[in-house]
This record gives sequence, C-alpha cells and structure tokens, in this order.
Amino acid sequence: MGGTTDGAGVLRRGLDIVPTVMSSQRSPEVDRPNGDASIVARGLTRHFGEVRAVDGVDLEVAPGEVYGFLGPNGAGKTTITRMLCTLLRPSAGGATVGGFDIVREAGQVRLAIGVTLQEGALDDKLTGRELLRLQGRFYGLTRGEVERRISEVSPILDVAAIDRRIGTYSGGMKRRLDVAASLIHNPRILFLDEPTTGLDPVSRAAVWEQVARLRSEFGMTIFLTTQYLEEADALADRVGIIDEGLLRAEGHPEELKRRIGTDVIVVRLAEGIGGAEGIGGVEGVGGAEGVGGAEGVGSDGEVGRSGDGGGGQGTVARAVAVLEGLPGASGVEAHGHEVTVATEDGAATISPVAVALSGADLPVMDIALRRPTLDDVFLDLTGRHIVVDEDAGGGGEDATGRGES
Amino acid sequence: MSETSIRERTGGSGSGSPGSGGRGSSGPDHAPIGARQMGFWHDLFAVGHRAVILLPRDMAAIIPALIVPIFFYAVTIGALQDVAAFANIGLEYKAFQLPLALVMTVTGISRAHALVLDVQGGYFDRLLLTPVNRWSLLLGMFVADTIVLLFLSLPVLALGLGLGVRFATGAAGIITFVAIITVWGLAYTGFPYAIALRTGNPTAVNNSFLLFFPLVFLTPAWMPRDALTGWLAAIATWNPVTYIIEGLRTLVIGWDGVALGKTLAAVGGIGAVSQYLAFSALKRRTTP
Repeated sequence: MGGTTDGAGVLRRGLDIVPTVMSSQRSPEVDRPNGDASIVARGLTRHFGEVRAVDGVDLEVAPGEVYGFLGPNGAGKTTITRMLCTLLRPSAGGATVGGFDIVREAGQVRLAIGVTLQEGALDDKLTGRELLRLQGRFYGLTRGEVERRISEVSPILDVAAIDRRIGTYSGGMKRRLDVAASLIHNPRILFLDEPTTGLDPVSRAAVWEQVARLRSEFGMTIFLTTQYLEEADALADRVGIIDEGLLRAEGHPEELKRRIGTDVIVVRLAEGIGGAEGIGGVEGVGGAEGVGGAEGVGSDGEVGRSGDGGGGQGTVARAVAVLEGLPGASGVEAHGHEVTVATEDGAATISPVAVALSGADLPVMDIALRRPTLDDVFLDLTGRHIVVDEDAGGGGEDATGRGES
Repeated sequence: MSETSIRERTGGSGSGSPGSGGRGSSGPDHAPIGARQMGFWHDLFAVGHRAVILLPRDMAAIIPALIVPIFFYAVTIGALQDVAAFANIGLEYKAFQLPLALVMTVTGISRAHALVLDVQGGYFDRLLLTPVNRWSLLLGMFVADTIVLLFLSLPVLALGLGLGVRFATGAAGIITFVAIITVWGLAYTGFPYAIALRTGNPTAVNNSFLLFFPLVFLTPAWMPRDALTGWLAAIATWNPVTYIIEGLRTLVIGWDGVALGKTLAAVGGIGAVSQYLAFSALKRRTTP
C-alpha cells in the first residue's frame, strides 16, 4: 500500500478500493479450521455474578482468516475478545490462541498477538512516535528493530502527525495509531475490537483498507468484532453472530444470507385501526398490475404505501397467515409490525404478496424487495434487529471494573 | 535476562505485517522481527522511562505540591518563631519546622493520578497485553516518583538553608536527611497507588490526601512531644510519623542513632503496610 497520509487520499482509496479488494482478494480457499487453527475456543464461558456474559462459545479461526464477530452492544463480543487476549479468565471452558492455552500459557499468547482494544488505549500526553517506541520496547524489540517497524507501519499512520501529541489527534488518527501500535511487534494474530465504532466514514474506510491489506498481503489472522453489518460483510471470511452471550450462527456471509433465501420481501403494516382505506393506498400506486412488473419494483423499491390504516399484532398474525400459503414464499416471519417473506424469486413473488394482502383487507404501510443482509440473518436468529450504539467505544464497566460489552 | 522469543517457539512463522519483509525474507535488514520476553530489569527501565518522560508534561500537577509546603513553612515561622522562643524547644524554630515542611512536601506525592488515568483510559490494559513483568508496572512508577520527590524536597531544603538553618551533622547529615525524606515519600506512595489500582477512580485518588492530615498533623508538628498534653500527646506517641519528624530534627542537632533507628522503623513499618496494599491491588488488577 502506498502512503495514505492525507484524508482525501484515504477517502478516494478507501471508498473506491475497499469493496473491490475485499471481494476480489478474499480467498475462498482459506484453510478451514483444523488442528492447526490460530484460535480455538471450546465451551468458552464467562459469568459476572449472575450475568452469563458469554455462554459456552465454540469457535475456530484458521490461520490467515479474517473472522468477524458480529453482534449488538452487550452481546458478549468484548468479553470473548478479552478472554482470548488473556485479559479475562474464563469461568468455564477454554481456548488456545496461536497454539497456546490462554490461561496456562498466557505469556506466550501475549507474544503471539496484537490487540486493538475498543476503548482506544492510548496516552494522550505521548507523541505517536513515543508511543510506538515504548510499545516496541515493551515487546523486547531492540532500538533498531523498533525504528524499522515504525517505518514499516508508517503507511497506516498520519506520518505528518507522528511527532505530535496524541491528544491533538482526531478520532480516526488515534484509531490508526492504535492499530499501528498493535502491529509494532509483528504479531501473527491480530484482535480488533470494534475498530471503527464511532469513526467517521473516511476513517472507517481507511481502517477497512488496512485490515484488507493485512489479510491479503501478509496473511495475518484477524479476529474482528463489530456491530456494523457492512463491516462484517465486507471484511470477514467467516462471520460469527453472537447475541446474549451465545454464538447463534457461524459461516461465510453469503452462506448465512442464503439461510434466509435469495430475496427478502419486507412488508410493513400500518399501526392503528386498519381497513379498506389502507389497502386503497396500495391500490392507488397502481394496483396489482403496477407492482407486478419487475421494472416497477427494483431491488429495494417501495411499491405500495398507505396513508393511514390499521395494524396491531392481530393484523400481523393475519398477514403471516395469508402469506404463508403463498406460492414462492419459502419463509414468513413477523417482527413487530413487519412481516418478512423469504423467497427465491422476489420479483415474481412481490406482486402476489401485495395482491394477497390487499385481498385480505390488511393495512400496508409499505412493501420493499431487497437482497438479504446480515441484519436479516440476525433478525431471523434473534427476532431483533442489530441496533448500532455509536457511543459504545468506551465500553461499559462490569463488576470487575473491566470493560465489557 | 531471560529472553523468550515467540518466533523461536513457533518456527519463525511470522506473518509479517506491513513491510516486515514477509515470510522467508533473509539478511540482517530483513530478519523477522518478533516479540520477546526480556525480564524484570529491562521492563522496569522501560516502564520507568515512560513515567519519566511524562513528568515535564505534567508540571501542572507537580508544582502546586511545592507551593503549599513553602507557604506553610514561611507562614508558620513568621507567625510562631517569636512565641516558640519562649518554649525552649532546643532549636531555632525555622530548624524545628524544616522536617515538618519536608514531610508535608513529600507525603502523598506519587504518580498515582497518572496510573489511575492509565487504568481509566485503557492504557493499563495495553500494558497488560504486553509481556512486561507485572511488578515493574508499579516499580517503574517509583523511578519517576523518586525524581519528583527530589525535585520537590530540594527547593524546600534550600529555602531552609537559605533562612539560616545549619546541620550540625554537616553534609552527611543533609544527605541522610534527603535520603530519609525520599524513602519516606516512596514508602507512603503505596496508599495512593493502592487506591488507584483498587478503584480505577481519579476522584478517589485525589481524596486519598484525607489520610495525610491525621498522620502528619497529629504529631509534634508545632511543639515538642513533651510539650503536648491530653489526647494529642497520646496519639502523637502512637503515630509513626512522630518518630520520622523527630529523627529528622535530630540531624540538625547531631547524630542520634536511637532516634534515627526509630525513624527508619517508622518509615519501614508504614512502607510495609502501604506497599503491601499497593502490590496486593496490583496483583488483583493484573490477574485475569
């Protein structure tokens, strides 16, 4: 990677390159986890008093793999990361990182890993260069090795700012320095705990670019936690979806999405008292003919809207009952006032969905057709959408006084 | 020093992060770089180095600790030296008060507020993720503490000498005086460090000065012990700081092995308690 030292460069390269690099350079033939896995967890559990923050998680990450751990704030991502990084002892179960046991061989684990913590653990009174030098010394690097490594990680940094106090850095600059510091000792395995939470899109793109580069050019094993769907989708070879301390599903992002179906039709039912007026709104868009054509809907086109109408759980249940029997609908689920219809052919199915709802006198707010996302997978698994908490960067404090989310 | 390299254990399969030369690179300029465990003294020096380079950037927290005792010393001498002349305390009041001024200067001075900010901001976790020796995380702070204690105590001592205080024990007495004050300052640091590590709360560390008042002022601070009466005399007799102040006063008059022995015992006793608390808190904080 050439030097990305100015914000505009980062923006152009980040926004332009990241999606293509991620997709084209992601190796489908990444080694499947096996006995030589970089990270292996078995029944990993952590309690905080009565709270079961992590509950029996099994996972394996192959060498050179980017493993994305996706879940909302409080799901248990940080607790698992802190256990794997030796900052927290498991209540039950165990894990090896780099072939070393995280409890019995914690010192060896620390030598093998680099960690970027969620809270951005920097010292504002140091300059960027001082922080990197100290970090290198803590890992036993000689003065020459430290200077060589600073030079090597400098593309990640804003080199012009490296001799400025960290307290003057922007959030994005701090995050990149944090990543550089975690790489100073040339680790084999990198843990990134929500590396882009709270960052602006430019800085986020720059971090994505670096993660992609570490993975594609240097074969580093990366364990990435995130609450951003698009981040897991773009960066990870495999994604683990975690919620309430449980690993709900695991697989390649596309595999996970295929669980839902090829397409998803999302019907939002109007709240309040419904009736013919609501349905009339749908018909007003053009009736069944108007929404039936493929060109009329697009991949995420809104095809019907009612001005007012009714809803409630009874209405949702009726809508589910109506749609479950529909040809082409492979799965129908209710989530609040939404009903999702999984289907192999969204373009062909959306029209019958609209007609069926209209025929059942159900008040529709809107209907949309789109490809499944990891949020749909999460919704399917947990019954909830992922709600991003942009302020989660500092993490909470658990009973032990250590960060927790 | 024991040096354990992760590359040695794992066959040198460095993944090679940016520009590392990648796998299989050779030659001295491209030898794989990897983390090593270096041992206690290396780590102590590294942690101490960081603490020291931060000192000039934290003068706003250090300078007030110099102003307050100088102010107290000047005001106390100005207000009481004529009264003290009637009390036959065996010393000029400016010499009598100098040990108290020094004890006030150094007691409670530490880098605990910097440590608690490391804990709160996450930098302490960054240190815990490295192979750094755990004891050095606290002992390294003592390096900076020693510098600060000397930085603060020497001007106060110089003020006393400038006002005419003379040590009958000569230069050796002055050096002993400074050494005892510095060791006392270090011994006491265990309390604020223990609070910093236990609580991770800067406010709690700032409030640790509350311990300072009874320890320093329930002593023969303004009058000799035999001039104290009632409950204050009883408490002063049991207060270890009494014997630190008295031992320091004897250095102005002449060598007194018994008094200095009591001083060292008092410093050692309080130091043992405070450092036990600090290192227990460190162990708790660094145990996963």
